[in-house]
Order: sequence, then C-alpha cells, then structure tokens
Amino acid sequence: MIDILHKFVAKVFRDIFKKKKHFKLGLYGPPNSGKTTLANRVTEDWLGEKMGSVSKMPHETREIVVKEQINIKSGKKELSFNLIDTPGIATKIDYEDFVKAGMSVKKSKKRAKEATKGVVDAIKWLDDVDVVVIVLDATQDPYSQVNITIIGNMQARDTPVLVVANKVDLKKADIKKVQAAFPQYDVVGISAKYGNNIDEFYEALFAVVG
Amino acid sequence: MLTLQFIPYSDIESLTLDQKIKKLLGVVKNEKIVVMEGRLKKTEEAELIKATMENISNKFKGIEISVVYPENKTETLGKKLKSGLAELLLGERQGLTVIGPATLIKEIKKNPDKIQLLTAEKKRKRKK
Repeated sequence: MIDILHKFVAKVFRDIFKKKKHFKLGLYGPPNSGKTTLANRVTEDWLGEKMGSVSKMPHETREIVVKEQINIKSGKKELSFNLIDTPGIATKIDYEDFVKAGMSVKKSKKRAKEATKGVVDAIKWLDDVDVVVIVLDATQDPYSQVNITIIGNMQARDTPVLVVANKVDLKKADIKKVQAAFPQYDVVGISAKYGNNIDEFYEALFAVVG
Repeated sequence: MLTLQFIPYSDIESLTLDQKIKKLLGVVKNEKIVVMEGRLKKTEEAELIKATMENISNKFKGIEISVVYPENKTETLGKKLKSGLAELLLGERQGLTVIGPATLIKEIKKNPDKIQLLTAEKKRKRKK
C-alpha cells in the first residue's frame, strides 16, 4: 500500500516536472570523481566552451558553478537546463593532505577553508536542483557513506537521479560494482576525460528526465 | 586512549535536529567514537556533514561515518514482511551508526592493531 502511494506521488511529481520547460541539473559526488570534467565535456559539446578547471588534487572545485541555458538534442528530443557543478561532498578535509601534495601551508589552509564552505554550499543546493547526476569514480569503492547519503537525500526529495560511473578508461574501473551498489538507478559508465560512451550518457539523461 | 561512547536511541529520539547534531559532534570532537543505536535520516546525515564542515579547524579535521543496517534485499516474502514490519515498528531505531573523528580513524586504518593495543591497555589498568 505504502509502495503504491509512493509510486503515485512520484508519478504526479514526474508529470508536473515534465511540464517544466527548463530545469536545473546538478552534478554531485565525492571529490575527484570527475564532476567538473563531465561538466566541461557537456558544455564543450553543446556550447563550445569549458566550465571549470580540473586538477588531480582534490577539492579543485570549491564553489558552485552554474552554466545557464544548455540545450542538448537527440533526434526530435530536446532538453534545456542550467548545469550546476558542485564541490565534492566529503565528511573530512585535512589541510595537511594538500601540504603533502606539495602545496604551501598557507595555501593549503586557505584551500581547506574554501573546500569546507564548498561542501556546505553543495548540500544547501540539494533543495534547488530538479535532476541530479551522481558522478562516481568507478575505480573507487561505491559503498561509501557519503555516496549513500547523497543518493538517500535525492530519494527523500523524489529527485530523478542518474548515476554515472566515471573513469571507465582506467583498468581498475568496475561498473558492475557501482550497479550492484545502486540497483534502483540507471548507471551509465563513461570516461568524461576521453568522451567514451558520452552519447549513452546523453541518452540516459533523456530517459531519466522522461 | 580510545574511547567508544554508546548512545541509545532513547537519548536522541526526542531531540531536535540541531540538538542531535550538537550532541554527536560534541562527543566526536572530544576524540571519542560514537556508537549510536539506530540511524539518522538521510537528510539529517546531510545536515551532520554540513555542521561538520562548519566546525573544521586545524585540530578537528572532520568525521568518518558508517551505518550498519540490516539489508532490505531479502529473498523470501516472509522475510520481506518481517523486515517491513520491523521498519514500521522500529523506524530509524534499526541498525547502528558509528561516527568517529577522521584523524583517529586514519590512525586506526594505518595501524589496525591500535584498537587491540588500547583495549589490552585498558584491561591491564582495570586489573590493577
């Protein structure tokens, strides 16, 4: 009974959502999973420009970045959205990790401070996005509590979710593990860096938005 | 000294979200590991992460959190009904939530024997 009610509410929500012409698409995930690389891939594909800088050092994106009015097309289908690239959500930030990676103490402390603010902002934005793409590093364990918390929050808000298993170009990547961790969602394996399976990603996005 | 602090569900069920977070973070910031009966709602976990970030300093580097929760993917209808009933009756009371200071967990990860060493040390002290 509860399940039927839940599905009904979700359907009503989806129907209302379908009537929206424009929506906000949030990219969420842990640090260094490739959110900005994917954002750059999307904006380069459809706007011909990059969205943000990427780095091997975690917490390169420390502020919410919004790129407005992206229109993507596939045959007769068309989607129009604002793309929101968010800082990676973490439960811990240690400036000493940046120092170990070669950054000065002063810069590391500044980066850590900005990163903490970035996480707070990313969580605040959870209420403002209409569709979420969870970007996970397919070489890492998907069962981290942060991933479960992000997805659980989307579930609680009835927000449509697409899970992206990124970095499939790497040998250690394991899409099946990501699929097993989140069986209730569509999971698409891509390499945002090299563009592998990016068309499947767009198709999956159309499917999730409905 | 490694200290685990058990928090029964009855201690937090009547608290507001802010009070819960204050209580949990207060324990963790005191270098203790919280073992809480039950679990937070996902939205509460997000608020806990937010509050953790707001508390990060040169000394407090954040938290590690893990929720141990009975698996929902049961195979038989009987088991499904049983877990559904448990969910209905117990709600967030089911499972265990473990929250620890990130620096302490990092130390334990580096040297898992530390837990045994510290427990042994505690036992020796008790004997005296």
